[in-house]
Amino acid sequence: MTMSEFFYMNGYAFYVWGSYGVTLLVLLIEIAMVRHRRQLALRQLRLMNESGDE
Amino acid sequence: MAINWFKYSAPSTFYGLAGKLIPWFAWPAGLLFVAGLYIGFFVAPTDAIQSEAYRIIFIHVPASILSMFLYLILAGYAALGLIFKTRLSSMMASALAPTGALFAFISLWTGALWGKPMWGAWWVWDARLTSELILLFLYLGFIALQASIEDPRRADKASALLAIVGSVNVPIIYYSVQWWNTLHQGATIKMTGTSMHVAMQQGMFMVLAACWLYAIAVALTRVRSIILEREANTQWVKELQEVKQ
Repeated sequence: MTMSEFFYMNGYAFYVWGSYGVTLLVLLIEIAMVRHRRQLALRQLRLMNESGDE
Repeated sequence: MAINWFKYSAPSTFYGLAGKLIPWFAWPAGLLFVAGLYIGFFVAPTDAIQSEAYRIIFIHVPASILSMFLYLILAGYAALGLIFKTRLSSMMASALAPTGALFAFISLWTGALWGKPMWGAWWVWDARLTSELILLFLYLGFIALQASIEDPRRADKASALLAIVGSVNVPIIYYSVQWWNTLHQGATIKMTGTSMHVAMQQGMFMVLAACWLYAIAVALTRVRSIILEREANTQWVKELQEVKQ
């Protein structure tokens, strides 16, 4: 079973890789968003701390 | 030694515990995803009727299962927060909503891409598909309601009511294939076992486990951020190592 045969998915390539591609994309976006939210929260807290120390 | 459950229900101690747990969920999730999909694509045989299109099952079924269970867990936490006024429970509900919504979307998306070649239609107003779409709207409604109210306490209370009322939709999704004559096939995984080929089962259950671990890792990460946001002016947050740097 060659690589190209595998990706061809017996003609269903669009549907199979369309499903897995979007799923992977969605999960990666969520991971990026969750990490970003944490950085924002920490940056916000550091600012509050600095302004508090004056 | 009596376990003091309440020790970890305080945001401060839970924040530390969750931080340690996240990697133990995140890495196994990644490994199980890869292993499960390997089995699904290279070990599981071609389906007699659907040939290769059926391989969408390895993400469609786990995502659908997660979308339903995460909603029930979300509603459970929301109810706890409502009844016992425990802030952390409401935070957990808020932390689960986006991940649940994503799994509902993935379930609908992969279902449509599977339905097109097999049924000839991207979308059908079928009982199972329609109730899953309602589930997605319930998730989005919960998130929107949370975001629209300034005071966290009132936001938690209002969204908890929506979540609890909306939970009646989950059994409807599950039993839709039995109650109504649906185009969507009936339950393949029953308590008595499944008619699936063993490699297909293994692949799917590994991806299912991976989805569970992923959902926990993401929800724990998100709830920690919610804790930081809501407990911003508490002393323990100010003295956090990662904040003082």
